[in-house]
Amino acid sequence: MTVAVPGALALGRDLPARPAGEGRLRVAGRNAFPFIVVGAVWEIVAHAGLFPEVLFPPVERVAVTFVRLTVTGILPLHAVETLARLLTGFALAAVVGVAIGLAMGRSRAVEEYLLPLVSVLAPIPGLAYTPLFLLWFGPGNVTAVLLVAFVSSFPVIYNTWTGVKAVKEIWLRAAQSMGADDRRLFRKVILPGALPYIFSGLRLGLAQAWRILVAVEMLAAVHWGLGWLIFGAREFLNTDAMLAGVVVIAVIGLGLERLVFKRLEDYTVVRWGMIGA
Amino acid sequence: MTGSRDRTRSLRRAATSLVAAAAVYEAVARSGFFPAALFPTIPTCLETLAGMIADGSMLLHAGYTLFRVLVGFVAAVTLALPLGVAMARFRPVERFVMPLVTALMPIPSFALVPLFMLWFGIGNLTTILIVFYAATFPVLINTWSGVRAVNPLWLRAASAMGADEQALFRKVIVPGAMPFIITGVRQAFLRAWIAVVGAEMIAASDWGLGWVIFDAKEFLNTDVMMASLVVIGFLGFVFERLVFGALERATVLRWGMVRLTKG
Repeated sequence: MTVAVPGALALGRDLPARPAGEGRLRVAGRNAFPFIVVGAVWEIVAHAGLFPEVLFPPVERVAVTFVRLTVTGILPLHAVETLARLLTGFALAAVVGVAIGLAMGRSRAVEEYLLPLVSVLAPIPGLAYTPLFLLWFGPGNVTAVLLVAFVSSFPVIYNTWTGVKAVKEIWLRAAQSMGADDRRLFRKVILPGALPYIFSGLRLGLAQAWRILVAVEMLAAVHWGLGWLIFGAREFLNTDAMLAGVVVIAVIGLGLERLVFKRLEDYTVVRWGMIGA
Repeated sequence: MTGSRDRTRSLRRAATSLVAAAAVYEAVARSGFFPAALFPTIPTCLETLAGMIADGSMLLHAGYTLFRVLVGFVAAVTLALPLGVAMARFRPVERFVMPLVTALMPIPSFALVPLFMLWFGIGNLTTILIVFYAATFPVLINTWSGVRAVNPLWLRAASAMGADEQALFRKVIVPGAMPFIITGVRQAFLRAWIAVVGAEMIAASDWGLGWVIFDAKEFLNTDVMMASLVVIGFLGFVFERLVFGALERATVLRWGMVRLTKG
């Protein structure tokens, strides 16, 4: 099951710190170096004519296609459509998942009733549900959004539940003996205490939603979206358009992880000193 | 902590909830509210499952899927383990590989399926490569952070007691990084399992559990879909619990490095 220890595997935080006295420029150069090497190898292979150019376009052609698709607005439109689906589905999962997780953590009965259902449904890879959802809800947006919500809610539920359970007994007793009522206890102790876990859950959920969505867009016959773009480009052997789509997917994925969640964590749990920055 | 009465109650509740869910489903299926083709009753699904196991087709599908997942997964571990250790031990390796990993990791493996289909065609090679791609990063990142997280005090203590480089590595670094590595391998397997199903759906060949599900959709064979879902969930569960659970018990739990969390 995907219960994460808060802070573990958070990529950005673990990057080697910049040694003092090393210039910004040198760091940038150092980070760019591997890409230059890989790009050069790619370029050599592409120009060597080992593979047909349609299948293995050189970097400059991918770049040109990328710019062309961006300027004409095709790529941004696909990206916006994908993001809208992702956010709708994920928001649904976050709200429902956190609510269920909190209820499971707080009430023994809810836990005992829901846990078996969750444990039966969770180990099935989300994508396997795709055809079923397609049959039930038809091709299109409803299926895509519901599937994303369904799949990404499991990590949220698990982690929220674990987080509530992990709140130290002594904090609860201390707050109670200082006269906190149930509501205050929940708002001031349990919720902040569980928050690092909830964030890991949301993070995992979003990552899973992102992975699933790309595939769902290929299968669910939606008319816009990055997954569809890549899949559609295959029909016409537009490998350059495919690679441009993959680049956008990578940028968005990285952006979601770095900008959204890192910020959120910095503002809350890191500032409260619950996990190390 | 839990007395036997508590345990009976929690078992009863678990059973109640599963039975209730099944009953609701069965009621919906039998109500005639939806076409029977879309909502097969549970007995129909079980019958289909039994039939497919009996005529061997389900076993063959499962065999193909397992073959793909295991080959890709083993290849990923074989590459990522040494590379992760090398990254943690040698600065230049880390500086070269890390930016690439950061750039590649956010690309979902499914995004590469159409590309790989063009390059490698439809079938085993594409699916195995997708699994490989999906499983590599968790092992790599976890091995890397695991080796880096080995307590420097242990290293100094071992060196002071005269351990040479090789002994240090074998006796301190590897066991010290093991909890991380096992977590990584576990995550990698989960990802590989998801990836194989997705890759089989898109890069359809003739066999495989993902392919069966997607193919069944064309013919509205919802019962076949349900049967395959059960098998996919079951196999994933078996690997996660039995194989990796056993691995964990044999290593890090036995060494007392992590405690079993009740849950």
